[in-house]
Amino acid sequence: MEGNMNLKLKIWRQKSTSDKGAMKDYQLGGVSPDMSFLEMIDVLNDKLIREGDDPVTFDHDCREGICGMCSMFINGEAHGPNRGVTTCQLHMRSFKDGDTIYVEPWRSAGFPVIKDLMVDRGAFDRIQQAGGFISVNTSGRTMDANAIPVPKEDADKAFSAATCIGCGACAASCPNGSAMLFVSAKVSQFALLPQGQPERKERVLNMVKQMDEEGFGNCSNIGACEVQCPKNISLENIARMNREYLMANIKPEN
Amino acid sequence: MKLESRIPEGSLEQKWTKYKNTARLVNPSNKRNIDIIVVGTGLAGSSAAASLAEMGYRVKTFCFQDSPRRAHSIAAQGGINAAKNYMNDGDSTYRLFYDTIKGGDYRAREANVHRLAEVSANIIDQCVAQGVPFARDYGGLLDNRSFGGTQVSRTFYAAGQTGQQLLLGAYSALSRQIGKGTVQMLNRHEMLDLVVVNGKARGIIARNMITGALERHSAHAVVLCTGGYGNVFYLSTNAMGSNVTAAWKAHKKGAAFANPCYTQIHPTCIPVSGDHQSKLTLMSESLRNDGRIWVPKKKEDVEAIRAKKLKPQDIKEEDRDYYLERRYPAFGNLVPRDIASRAAKERCDEGYGVNATGEAVYLDFSSAIVRYGKAQANVKGLANATHEQLVELGTEVVKEKYGNLFQMYEQIVAENPYKTPMMIYPAVHYTMGGLWVDYELKTTVEGCYACGEANFSDHGANRLGASALMQGLADGYFVLPYTIGNYLADEIRTGNISTDTPEFVEAENNVRQQLESYFKTSGKNPVDYYHRRLGKIMWEKCGMARDEEGLKWAIAEIKKLREEFFAEVRVPGSMQGMNPELEKAMRVADFIDLGELMCLDALDRNESCGGHFRVEFQDADGEALRKDDEYNYVAAWQWTGDASKPNLVKEPLIYENIKVQARSYK
Repeated sequence: MEGNMNLKLKIWRQKSTSDKGAMKDYQLGGVSPDMSFLEMIDVLNDKLIREGDDPVTFDHDCREGICGMCSMFINGEAHGPNRGVTTCQLHMRSFKDGDTIYVEPWRSAGFPVIKDLMVDRGAFDRIQQAGGFISVNTSGRTMDANAIPVPKEDADKAFSAATCIGCGACAASCPNGSAMLFVSAKVSQFALLPQGQPERKERVLNMVKQMDEEGFGNCSNIGACEVQCPKNISLENIARMNREYLMANIKPEN
Repeated sequence: MKLESRIPEGSLEQKWTKYKNTARLVNPSNKRNIDIIVVGTGLAGSSAAASLAEMGYRVKTFCFQDSPRRAHSIAAQGGINAAKNYMNDGDSTYRLFYDTIKGGDYRAREANVHRLAEVSANIIDQCVAQGVPFARDYGGLLDNRSFGGTQVSRTFYAAGQTGQQLLLGAYSALSRQIGKGTVQMLNRHEMLDLVVVNGKARGIIARNMITGALERHSAHAVVLCTGGYGNVFYLSTNAMGSNVTAAWKAHKKGAAFANPCYTQIHPTCIPVSGDHQSKLTLMSESLRNDGRIWVPKKKEDVEAIRAKKLKPQDIKEEDRDYYLERRYPAFGNLVPRDIASRAAKERCDEGYGVNATGEAVYLDFSSAIVRYGKAQANVKGLANATHEQLVELGTEVVKEKYGNLFQMYEQIVAENPYKTPMMIYPAVHYTMGGLWVDYELKTTVEGCYACGEANFSDHGANRLGASALMQGLADGYFVLPYTIGNYLADEIRTGNISTDTPEFVEAENNVRQQLESYFKTSGKNPVDYYHRRLGKIMWEKCGMARDEEGLKWAIAEIKKLREEFFAEVRVPGSMQGMNPELEKAMRVADFIDLGELMCLDALDRNESCGGHFRVEFQDADGEALRKDDEYNYVAAWQWTGDASKPNLVKEPLIYENIKVQARSYK
């Protein structure tokens, strides 16, 4: 083993959605500060398998902060103590030898636990399916891409909103369990672009309706979502979505 | 087996148009009675599933992730090529075609590549209509940048997250169809076999990864969009879950596997830091627009840097070796990936590597920062800006272009790349080889298609940067929707396909037996132990440089590894419920077979071309030496039941429009 950090881990173990689940303690040595947090869990799992125990189940895939799979609540914070990063981008140099680290799954009414640290985020997909798109066919027979100039400032803002990775940290961090940062990022991306105008009102109404049906709470401007968001999605998007929603309701026809 | 490429007659420019005019169609009422399975939801899979559903087919789509939006296309960084010629720098469909063929070291099919270049412009139109927020200039029009192996700027981008934005565009089109009920989406499902009935692909066996249940799904055609197999090397820039299993199962059911040894080693990745490493992170090729690659000229400077007595900033300009600019003045830092990677390896092998392991070179932005700073100072009317002011202004410009990449780098390495040059080294990134397909993207199994990185079709022996996104979307949006109809026109009378036939029962039983076999061994080591060992064998002997002796050794080692794996792997838990270790075991078993095939293919190809570099075949300057008279063919391998004795079938490559010559970027 190359590392020299010793850690005490307290990890949420839950066999299935219906199981009650509990925190369990583990001691882990040989951790290197250069490891990512998930590589540290790999080392733990290697040990557990060799000892005949059940390894910890967790979602992960790209391990470079873009796929949005990883979803751990570390010491009470979504994606851990650092800002603007996902769990897979968190490195053990952010912890000290001898630390006790608490690891839990996302906790939100909208995200049932599947096993251990893995949750079901299907609700986010269903919200997208309700209106997170522009209804153009995929024929390629649209118009030339440069036929619609988009002011750089709008394009940049739309891009910033569109960088959301759909990880769910926002809803998991919100005391109300609200998914509004996620939903507003998609609503904003299209509201800011000329291509999004024809369906602008319908989109926000449909997406918000689906969001409510999924059991997510409401926004009361606490701002934890923005702080914990690994992609620094701005709270301004929620303000924009609220305006969009209000306009769509008071002026349903154009 | 005879390979029929089915390339249409006629002039190169007319082939695709003629094909579309004569391909058979399926009328809308018949489409409603035809099922298509699409496996994988990256750029190729999402775009194919959305397009086919929109046309009226009944589509079932599968992905192993928790959402289709997670597929690894999401991680593509730098951009997507298209022959729009918005920059008015001499680009054209022909030039994109030519660059791609030359970039692939003359080992790709002319007709397929020309079609790709033809539809490239439509992709950009399509994506903009979908609301993909590409980078724009102050006038509101789209911006472009350059990528390796070209002398024009034809790459469209969205900061360093182009793959994310394109995938989310395709995902939105797919979501729209799922919402309408025209696509049935099965997340957290993994394809574990292809079902073939009377010579035709008729469905798949999939495992529900949450319950562990094996499921039978039938269809009139199966489309595999399951990506590449770079994870055979264990360490690569691929996602942890990227695997070859779906393609490999199809291979074992009759689909030929083409050019497996063509692997792309990407020159600019963050170097390995230790044995715990689970994956490698790419730093986009777009960085070579502005970053200059160098190592010190003097060995004593190298020693001092390794001992941390000197910093790279301390090395004087005249003591730096900008080796790409020195060796390839015409393309400089923007030579294709295979060439840049070999050049980095050459310098490090000679002892000029700049980190403790000796396997790193610098990618330096300091001159670009000052250059941009001067331009900004002019714009802002700062006539007497100090050097510090220039650096500050230039840093802002670089941040806007590549900010997320610099942030990723800083997270992993804990150094600020705006101030200290990045340290980079080549890593496995993409696989040009894949399932053999004809012009219609059909494999050698009737009714089974392969799109995107999963097929071998367009990149020859080396892919140019920003062309993977182009190919994935071209296949899914604009090629397959036309070609699949030509096959399905014969299926309008077939009716629903039963999953109770002996073929489905047998396939399911086979999968069950394979899965059960992992729980019978008492087991010593976890799956990753074997995967790491396989990766090491492949990287050392079938990586950036290969030779006969090494490949023969690797083949023998892989055989030993296979025996140990099946005798001693320890898979905890059971068949039921979520079991990631079982998923990994299935994938590693297929990687072991594939690894052997890659070595056999590399051994058989007694030439160097693109990403396949045999040290026995190089010229006096160390450049790849092709042998066109003997090896100008696609090597398609057929499964025979014995992984060590595949059958080689050759498809000759015929060049009618391009003169095949030695590739030069000097």
